[in-house]
Parts: sequence; structure tokens; C-alpha cells
Amino acid sequence: MADATYTRPFSERYSHWILLSPALLILFVAAFGPLFIVLIYSFLTAGDYGGVVWSFSTDAWFNVFAERDMFDDTLGFADAHLAIFWRSFRLAAVTTVVALIFGFPTAYFIATRPPKQRNLWMLLIMVPFWTNLLIRTFAIMELIRNEGVVNSLLMAMGVINEPIQMLYTDFAIMIGMLYVYLPLMVLPIYASLERFDFALVEAAYDLYANRLRVLWRVILPVTKPGIIAGSILVMIPALGAYVTPRVLGGGKRMMLGNLIELQFGQGRNWPLGAALAIVLLIIVTASMIYYVRAAGKEGAGHG
Amino acid sequence: MIEIDGVSKVFGSGVQAFTALDNVSVTIRENEFFTLLGPSGCGKTTLLRTIAGFNAPTNGAVRLDGQDLVSLPPYKRPVNTVFQNYALFPHMTVAENIGFGLEMLNRPKAEISSTVDQMLDLVQMTAMAGRRTSEISGGQQQRVALARALAPRPKVLLLDEPLSALDYKLRKGMQVELKRLQNETGITFVFVTHDQEEALSMSDRIAVMNHAQILQVGSPHEIYEHPSERFVAEFIGETNFLIGTVTQADETQGSVALDAGGNIVARLPQGEGGMGQVTVAVRPEQATFCAPDSGEATVSGTVSNVVYLGTDTHFHLTLDDGNPFALRLQNTPDNSVQQKVGDRIGIAIAPGVAQVLKD
Ligand SMILES: Nc1ncnc2c1ncn2[C@@H]1O[C@H](COP(=O)(O)OP(=O)(O)OP(=O)(O)O)[C@@H](O)[C@H]1O
Ligand SMILES: [Mg+2]
Repeated sequence: MADATYTRPFSERYSHWILLSPALLILFVAAFGPLFIVLIYSFLTAGDYGGVVWSFSTDAWFNVFAERDMFDDTLGFADAHLAIFWRSFRLAAVTTVVALIFGFPTAYFIATRPPKQRNLWMLLIMVPFWTNLLIRTFAIMELIRNEGVVNSLLMAMGVINEPIQMLYTDFAIMIGMLYVYLPLMVLPIYASLERFDFALVEAAYDLYANRLRVLWRVILPVTKPGIIAGSILVMIPALGAYVTPRVLGGGKRMMLGNLIELQFGQGRNWPLGAALAIVLLIIVTASMIYYVRAAGKEGAGHG
Repeated sequence: MIEIDGVSKVFGSGVQAFTALDNVSVTIRENEFFTLLGPSGCGKTTLLRTIAGFNAPTNGAVRLDGQDLVSLPPYKRPVNTVFQNYALFPHMTVAENIGFGLEMLNRPKAEISSTVDQMLDLVQMTAMAGRRTSEISGGQQQRVALARALAPRPKVLLLDEPLSALDYKLRKGMQVELKRLQNETGITFVFVTHDQEEALSMSDRIAVMNHAQILQVGSPHEIYEHPSERFVAEFIGETNFLIGTVTQADETQGSVALDAGGNIVARLPQGEGGMGQVTVAVRPEQATFCAPDSGEATVSGTVSNVVYLGTDTHFHLTLDDGNPFALRLQNTPDNSVQQKVGDRIGIAIAPGVAQVLKD
């Protein structure tokens, strides 16, 4: 606020911008350059063997939402695409919520250990991160496939007679993403809980709040920044997930990431792939803005 | 009325076991300003937390107006705490903090807002009702913590060194304000401090604690003038200790032949009319000068240092047996200090003023 009354001399005001400009330029080009290329590609014509032909076309954007029937040439909604958008969004959202449900108590547990133990617990949370994503995903597959560990155990115990089909379902994708992204939820929540002053819990107990109300009225609101950060960190990669749905969804249950990859590979329709990538970007951005707004509003609401 | 009945608290177990409260019993009266005074680590906070319900006593009972408290969780006790570090809710405004307790008690909205206004007024924070607690000063936070604890009108208010973070002037102001609040609200205050001056000036009664035990309970006057044991006498104010032997005793007083020469008639500790060697406590202002080795003089010695302190003058003396003795004389416009370093003087102690300690 001191700036309001104190006007810095010209050199001081602008010199740091001049000094920063090379770095800013690189950042700008690196951040927006590829995006810009993708945007341009989405308005070009697909080449016969992949790539693009440099002639303007809105076919790609048209095809994102609609499709022309092969036989009678009538227009219809691109049901397949919409189903994939919806599945991507739904799976990412469910994964985020479930990650929060598991992640918060985990972070709380760790944050309430004696300080010396905490690092050990955090290490255990981080260990899966050191393993390749593909290997972790195949490990999940090994657990849930029909002849896998879970089904074998249940059958051996006589709980079920036939294996439960878990692999190649949305559930499998959700479990896979949950396993992969859970640490991203735990980490920021832990960071905010570690800074949390537990004297506030005592103060709330003292002021007639029972356990549930202490959680709702004190712990959750105060650690909200960590919860928001964790949710964003899980939601964004989950929306664009590629490996997990590919391995655990068995190719049939595609998510947006797979659909985009398909256009650049077998589909040989780069402009459509580019348009879909931009749709993904818009979904991610819109979800985040909505989420942050909603969370912020709720915080300011009571009183 | 809070009855603390044989309460012990042991933290940890086995070799790690630490006794923070050792069979403590005390009764705190209704509408009393009761102070727990003692050095760091003596168990003051532990006792307060036992009343609030944050730690369960290992042994003993805590009762409020005859009702057992130990089985109740903190949120069901009509007891509120002003925490040492305030523990205000950072995500709420000043007004929301103050209203929190009433809200948790599911009081109607209208009642909450009128009580909050009243409390804001009481602690003179109305102008800052809408601020976040991070946007107000330490002294203001302290007042909000006080208002928050008072708003639900508890039967008992526990205050854990609430003034320790404040500067001298604010502290003096808050002492007066706290005392006023206690009178106005009629709530029983249990106040923790390790500042003896604060304890003496504010309390109806003081409990002096050391090593997990309560050593003496009494009015500030009783505690200061008639400390029951050496620790209490040393902890509060300055004291001279004279060793001697009781030669004759009745119910309350006894005659003590001092090792430094001379006799003194001193109060005996309650219930301990025993003979034998004792320690007599004499406050520096309980003694006066007289002619050395006269009939008036209890003991005699020489002046080793004179310190002028404005309102009074402090003399450091060396008794004939070599022990030090501190004496304080109040300065008045017409008495000028005549005793100089090296002078031989007599020390007179009026009968029945000094206190024989139990130990
Ligand atoms: N949770 C605990 N576990 C183990 N020891 C404890 C625990 N809480 C307190 N103690 C010990 O009990 C003793 C009394 O602590 P307490 O906090 O009651 O002291 P205090 O009189 O309030 O001191 P201060 O004036 O420094 O606040 C201390 O020696 C402390 O180390
Ligand atoms: Mg303490």
C-alpha cells in the first residue's frame, strides 16, 4: 500500500521489466506457442496420411459435436464424442471426490503424528511416485482382473462363486486414477494441516462444538486452501488421463486423452485432434474457475 | 463452587511417567477471582485444562456445584477458557468469533447478535466487529478472546496467563478491566499467572503452587503476610529468614530464641505448635531501626549497602552472625536517611508480625 503515495522513479519502475524481458519472451513462446499452433491446426484440413493440408476448414470443429451419417448423409449429434466428454468429466470428478474422502483423513492422520514420524509417513505416501506410471497401472490390473488377487481371494473364501468383472469398467479406471493421483491430494492438504494450529480445535470444543462441528466449522474452513489445491492437482491430470483408461478401460472405455491420441494416430485426423485438445483445455479451465469460485463463495458466506 | 478433590495427573507411563498434579485438593468459591500462582512447569495449566476437560485426571474428582465434571466432554461443561495464545479462529471475523459459542449452543439468531453487540461493547471492540482476527493488534485479540469466552455466560471462566503477551501499560489497563468484568458478570474466574504482583492486586484468593502441589491457599494479605512455608515466602516478595528455637508457645504465637541473638515473638503456623528449630520469615518492611544491642533491638548488625528507591530506601545489613538482612523504610518528606554504610544498628521487629514457617 506504500506504493499509493510513493512514486518510484522511471528507471526503477521499468528497469526490471527490461531485465526480465528475455526470460518473459521465452516463457511466453513456450507457453502459448504450442497452444497457438494447436489452435491453427484445428482450423486446417486433414491430410490423407496424417498431418495437415494448409487450407482453411471448420470441419474439425463441426466434427467435434456432430457427425454425418455415412449412408443417408443426415446430420446427427456426435454421440460417441459427447459420451467420452461426459465420461471424462464424470470420472475425473468422482476420482477427485473419492481422493478427497481418502486423502483428507490420511493427511490428518499424518499431521497428528509426532513430528519425527511425519516424514516417514510422507515418504510412504510418496514411494509409489518413484515407480513408472505404466508399471503401477499394470499392478492395479493384476489386482482387479478376473483371475487377479482380489477375485481369487474372494472366491477362495467362498464369498463369490464367479469372478466380479472389475477390469475394463469405469470403476477400474477410477480406481487406477485414484491410486495414481492420491498423493497429489494428500500433499497439499498435509501441508495446510501441518501449519494448522490444533489449539483452535480445543477452543472450538471449549465453545460447545462437538466433533463433527469442529471438523465442519473449524478444521475444514481453515485448511480449505490445501483442499482446493489438492482437488485441482487431482482433477486436471484426471481429465486428461491417457495411460490409465487405456490399460484399465481396455480401449473401449475411452477418455478424452485417448480420443485425442486416436486422432493423431490411427484416425489420421490432426485437425479434429487439435480441436478436441482445445475442448479439453476449455473443460479444465471452466471446471477450475467454477470450483475455485464455489469454494471461495462458501468460505465467505457464513456470518 | 468448584471442588477439586484429590486430583492427580500423570503424563506418560513407566520410566517416562511424569506427575504434573500430585493429589491436589482445593475448593473455589462462587463468584470468586481465584488465582493459581507458581513458577513455570508447576502444573498450573494442567490444573486449568483438567477443569476445562482437555485432560482427564489420573485420579480424583472435579465437581461444579456438586455435579461431576470428569465424565463430561469439554463441549458439555459450562466452563469457558481464555487461552494463553488466544486461539482465535482465523477464518472468522471478530464478531463471528464472539458469536461462535452461542451458535454452537443453537441459540436463536436474534439472541446471538444482541449478545455479540453487548460483548463488543463490553470489550470496546465495536468498531472492529467486521475485521479478521489477523487484522487486529495483540491487545485487541486478547479482548476478543475474552469476549468470546464470556459470550455464552459460562459459570466459570478459566484464564491462562491472558496478559502475559501484553506490554506493561496495556497489561495494567487489562487488569483493571478484568476485575471490572468479573464484578459485573458474577462469573467465577480462575486465573493463572506467574506474576506475583498481578496475583496480589487482582485476586480474592490465591493458590500458590510448586512441584505439582498446592502449598497454600489464602487471600493476598494472608499469603503475603503469613506465608506457610519457605517456598511461598520466597516466591512472593522479598523475605528475610532467621533461624531459631521455639522456647514457649501458645495457640497462635510463640517465642523464638534466634541464632543471631535476641528473642522474637512470631505467629506459629496453623496446627503446628511444635517446639524445636524453626525458620522465621520477616518481610523487609516489617522491621525498623533502633539503637543497637538495646532492649528494643531484636537483632543487631551493620549496614553494608544503602539503595535509595524514591518511595522508599532499601538497606542491606549484615547481622552479627554474618547472615544478610534486608530492611525497607518508607521515605517521608521529613525523614532523611541517617544510617550510613558501616554503621552499627539495631533491628526492631514488633511482636506477632513475623511468621514461623512450617517445614
Ligand atoms: N502432554 C504432556 N505430556 C507430558 N508432560 C506434560 C504434558 N503437559 C504438561 N506436561 C508437564 O507437566 C508439567 C506441568 O506443566 P504445565 O503446563 O501445567 O505447567 P505450568 O505451570 O502451566 O507452566 P508455565 O507457567 O510454564 O505455563 C511440566 O513439567 C510439563 O512438562
Ligand atoms: Mg502454563
